[in-house]
Amino acid sequence: MTDVVIIGAGPAGLAAATSARALGAHVVLLDSADQLGGQYWRHLPTQRPSKHEAGLHHGWAKFQKLCADLVADPDCRILTQAQVWAITAAESSAGTGPASTGSATTGSACTGSAGTDPATTGASARNSAGSAASTTSAVPTVHVLVGEPDGVGRERLSFSPDAIVLANGAHDRALPFPGWDLPGVFTAGAAQALAKSERIAVGDRVLVAGAGPFLLPVAASLAQVGATVLGVLEANHMQRIISGWGKKPWQLIGAASKGAELAGYARNHIANRIPYLTGRGVVAAHGTERVTHVTTAKLDTGWAPIAGTEKTVAVDAVCIGHGFTPRLELAIAAGCALTAERFVRVDAHQRTTVPGVYAAGELTAIGGVDAALVEGTIAGHAAAGGHLSDPAMKSQVAKRITFSGFARRIEKAHGIRAMWPGWLTDDTIICRCEEVNYGAMCQTAQATESTGLRSLKLSTRAGLGLCQGRVCGRTVEELLACQTPGGLSDGVMTDRRPIAAPVRIADLAAAALPASPGRNSPQTASPSKPSRPTT
Amino acid sequence: MIDDVLVIGAGIVGAACARTFAAAGLQVTVVERGAAAGGTSAAGEGNLLLSDKQPGAELVLAQYSATLWPDTVADLTAELPGTFPSVEFEQKGGLVVATTEPGAQPLLDFAARQSDSGVDARPISTAEALVLEPDLNPAITAAVHYPEDSQVQPTIAAEALLASARVRGVRVITNTRVTGPILSASGDLVGVQTSKGDLHAGHVVIAAGPWSGEVAAALGVNLPVKPRRGMVLVTTRMPHRVFHKVYDADYVGATLSSDAALQTSSVVESTASGTVLIGSSRQQVGFDNRFDVHVLAEIAAKALRLFPFLAGMSVMRAYGGFRPFMPDHMPLIGADPRLPGLWHATGHEGAGIGLALGTADIITALMTGDQPPIDPTPYSPARDSLAPFLDSDDAARLSDASAATADDTADQAAVSGGAA
Repeated sequence: MTDVVIIGAGPAGLAAATSARALGAHVVLLDSADQLGGQYWRHLPTQRPSKHEAGLHHGWAKFQKLCADLVADPDCRILTQAQVWAITAAESSAGTGPASTGSATTGSACTGSAGTDPATTGASARNSAGSAASTTSAVPTVHVLVGEPDGVGRERLSFSPDAIVLANGAHDRALPFPGWDLPGVFTAGAAQALAKSERIAVGDRVLVAGAGPFLLPVAASLAQVGATVLGVLEANHMQRIISGWGKKPWQLIGAASKGAELAGYARNHIANRIPYLTGRGVVAAHGTERVTHVTTAKLDTGWAPIAGTEKTVAVDAVCIGHGFTPRLELAIAAGCALTAERFVRVDAHQRTTVPGVYAAGELTAIGGVDAALVEGTIAGHAAAGGHLSDPAMKSQVAKRITFSGFARRIEKAHGIRAMWPGWLTDDTIICRCEEVNYGAMCQTAQATESTGLRSLKLSTRAGLGLCQGRVCGRTVEELLACQTPGGLSDGVMTDRRPIAAPVRIADLAAAALPASPGRNSPQTASPSKPSRPTT
Repeated sequence: MIDDVLVIGAGIVGAACARTFAAAGLQVTVVERGAAAGGTSAAGEGNLLLSDKQPGAELVLAQYSATLWPDTVADLTAELPGTFPSVEFEQKGGLVVATTEPGAQPLLDFAARQSDSGVDARPISTAEALVLEPDLNPAITAAVHYPEDSQVQPTIAAEALLASARVRGVRVITNTRVTGPILSASGDLVGVQTSKGDLHAGHVVIAAGPWSGEVAAALGVNLPVKPRRGMVLVTTRMPHRVFHKVYDADYVGATLSSDAALQTSSVVESTASGTVLIGSSRQQVGFDNRFDVHVLAEIAAKALRLFPFLAGMSVMRAYGGFRPFMPDHMPLIGADPRLPGLWHATGHEGAGIGLALGTADIITALMTGDQPPIDPTPYSPARDSLAPFLDSDDAARLSDASAATADDTADQAAVSGGAA
């Protein structure tokens, strides 16, 4: 029997869990959120269900079916509020101490409802044997903390499964502009998350700006929760969008809108009279306590603002999105190779370059929900030992071929263009955690003449703060590269974060304590279900 | 173009050497396989320590280097543009504590011997230690205050020394790998082949830290420098609660040990940016940079013995690096008698930031024929303690060469130095 750990319970992770279970694998499905569904199917808490949920989500019925089946399945162990904070390659920890000699070390509560004494947990006997064999494989170990993110004494688990499916998705990217650190300026993703999970509109008069088809569902969500959406500003020009979408643009509808039907959005836009302007962007936000108005300007095809085209718009909120950045830290920690475009490199089976590690969804390309579901299904199947030639995979393989290239087309139509720093001023904050502004960053780079990102990060402090460059990392890299003749040369990436999430020192230190009887027994993907997800 | 000196490696040691060579009037090129200050110099805590050195030649070098830092920082500030980031030099002092009964007397004895060697080492009571560090675990068994211990931001310090070197006319070539030697008809080293062409120089100095062994091998010489891995944890920003460099006395044991297995010892200090650095580990695993959760856990657990309040703080980042480990625990500074023209400035293990300035002065004096500021023989590549770690042919050649006096080397250097 194969043990599969799946990281991320959005569309790709849920699909992977479902298809891995279809082949009989024991599955552990981990997600850091309180609920299943990921960013895409983010919804109200269970305690406050809504009859209108389906109206806010594409594929809500699909999601409910996926969840219901997995939750009811005793061989799918679901852990929510489960933060994977590190992934370590198998060999590096071998033989260095009692906490890492076996295939897995777990807190005693890992055995969950089946009991804390391994001698009495019949279910764990299988795991003991299975995991002993897995110590010889090169599949990395997954280190997890379970509990409230800021809570004390989170439960510490680690898994050394036969296969790992990485499906931890992407976060939305917002390019900085003067005033973007004012209250009232939101990323498009944060605004949509509030609308979906709390039914809260970030403002009454809201402008949505940036690039990419994701802006449309954000505007729609805002309108649905009562905001007046003043407009959607797409930085790219219509000509480029049309050329990027290319032939058969209807193919991209699912991908582009992250699943929602374009017709639905169009209807929404008309009903709510939301103007959609291309070749224009927000270049500054103004206000003292919070944003009161923004300056928009026409952008040329390289996104340089065109002088004399500025307009001022009174708003109480602005939502910014310039596409998505895959959350690569776990894949990098596992040793997975990346593509030139900096996504996780996978083959037709969704295999990464590390044996036993698979990736699906937005880690591999920003291709939307339909691509994520297909990739997840294939990854789960392959991780459980299945083959692409299996009959169940036939339609999936065909769909994967259809979806291949979608991400590239969307990138071509909506990707970030090089001249955007034209709207920055010296005092524009670039790294909000460390309060590094554009002028200081450039001055330091010019003074040191450094060509290495490692050194530049340390000398500018950009990207060194609490978010560890999740918000600003790509921007910092691009801006510093502009200051360096020939570009940055040390191959360092802000995506590398061996500690994938902050860990309390007490929790970290607990791993060094002498092993308790429960902790020392090899336990991997225990089929017990100590933690029920809320759906 | 033929330089007087080619320095291989743009970390803090290479940068410091290039700067002093240039100040002595030599024409200098630095060649670096990656980006400057991107290796060991970017992976440490910036220690300028006397407290962890036992009496002997390394302590002498540390004491000499310590005298140079304040003026050097002032010079750098004056030379470099106002936009250059601060090197964050701070003479914050060190506090070394014992946390066990058996550990108390050895610490006090160690401090007494250091005191005899001129180190300002002050045994203090627990009450006095708690005045220095109010959040320190009061269950300590001994404490010694070292007011001379200091700290810099090591990456910025390396960049600043390199920028200062450039101001003095040093050429810096990055992203260029040394691939082989250029030898004269008589077999002397007169330059190196690189991935981007040949570089000619009268002297070649290897300052490549833990990678010095690889560089030496490319030049045809065996050098027993090995990487010794270390990990440091970085907390989120917090109000200033750790005021000195505070460490457990077993850190000294770890720095003096040759054990290849994992050793951790607690070192806790604040940085100017408000984070707290928690070290440290020592482990010989080659250049394996994979992450080991067990190492981090052990570092964290030991830090809590010093500062229990850290339990509630969060680690947001961890970084690892490689120290240039020498089997006889002594930096390698001077001419390599096996290959005329070749010099070494490496093997400082975890102390390279602190020892860089003294190392640069010694090697510059040897090269130009000046009187070195301190006796250079303990650091010489021809020293006896190194012989067992070289292969037999090398050892024989080294001992033959050491029969020649240091003056010969200096004279030879002075000729080419004077020709510059």
